[in-house]
Amino acid sequence: MKDPTLVVAGMLTLSAGTFAFRFSGPMLRQRVAFPPWAERLLEAAAVVLLAALVATTALTEGHGFAGLARPAGVLVGGVLAWRKAPFLVVVLAAAAVTAVLRLLGVP
Amino acid sequence: MGSIYRTLARGTLRDIALACLAVWFIGLSYGAIAVASGFPLWFPAAQSVLVLAGASEFLFVGIVAAGGNPLAAAAAGLLVNARHVPYGLALPDITGRGWRRLLGSHVMNDESVVFALSQEDLPRKRAAYWACGLGVLLCWPAGAVLGALIGSVIGNTGAFGLDAMFPAVILALIMPALRDRVTLRAALAGAAIALAAAPFLPPGLPVLLALAALLTLPRQRPAK
Repeated sequence: MKDPTLVVAGMLTLSAGTFAFRFSGPMLRQRVAFPPWAERLLEAAAVVLLAALVATTALTEGHGFAGLARPAGVLVGGVLAWRKAPFLVVVLAAAAVTAVLRLLGVP
Repeated sequence: MGSIYRTLARGTLRDIALACLAVWFIGLSYGAIAVASGFPLWFPAAQSVLVLAGASEFLFVGIVAAGGNPLAAAAAGLLVNARHVPYGLALPDITGRGWRRLLGSHVMNDESVVFALSQEDLPRKRAAYWACGLGVLLCWPAGAVLGALIGSVIGNTGAFGLDAMFPAVILALIMPALRDRVTLRAALAGAAIALAAAPFLPPGLPVLLALAALLTLPRQRPAK
């Protein structure tokens, strides 16, 4: 680390800001009463965010394509989850398919 | 908090434990990468407890190691973490009040939120949220410290397919919500928006842009 003070300042900024993000949602929900339709919209918003997170972490690495092995593993996990396989099976299958594909030389 | 065990089904607790184990594995690679990038052991240890948000920590360490300004790295990390605001809005009264609200906010992460959403009623949502949140609070720093200690021994975690575990965990847990056709359409549109934006925008922003997909939902007027 070149300048420890500045690096620690950066880390503390990141922690304080992240905490503020995390704190603001529950605080707002406890002060403001949302109508039921808005509550449904907010819950859908969380699912949309999580789905977008799945897509970007499965398919991209930095600004590029993550390669085939990882999305293939996640896809197998997704199909298993759709067919109501147990959570353990879904997650381990995703890792196993990705690992085996890489072993076979798939990027 | 002892009521967590009475409230949750045994299967749910096992699933939460597995998700925490996945977090622990990713923590190993995070600690190893941080030390390999020239950070002292205490840095990933402190950051894993204080920030407690994996993707932003990887990003911070990467930017600083590449010679970037730490405050710019913090700004990039905050962009990645902005999704916690809508997460908190989506979960009605999940944290409790007083010190519980402080700690409960800190343990908000992708996993604890998705487990809470997957439960039927408020007591179970709360129990799942706290069990997973506290589990991650233990496993993420524990993984980071061990990874920093054994460092290069870990080598390439990609060989075990561990990078496929995080998206698989989240996907498995939102699957019940995706069985609703309207939600599925919005989720697919959101994923498409995020993927289209990912090559061009800084990390974090594509996922936030996905919220535009909420416009595909049918308009709902407040009940009169």
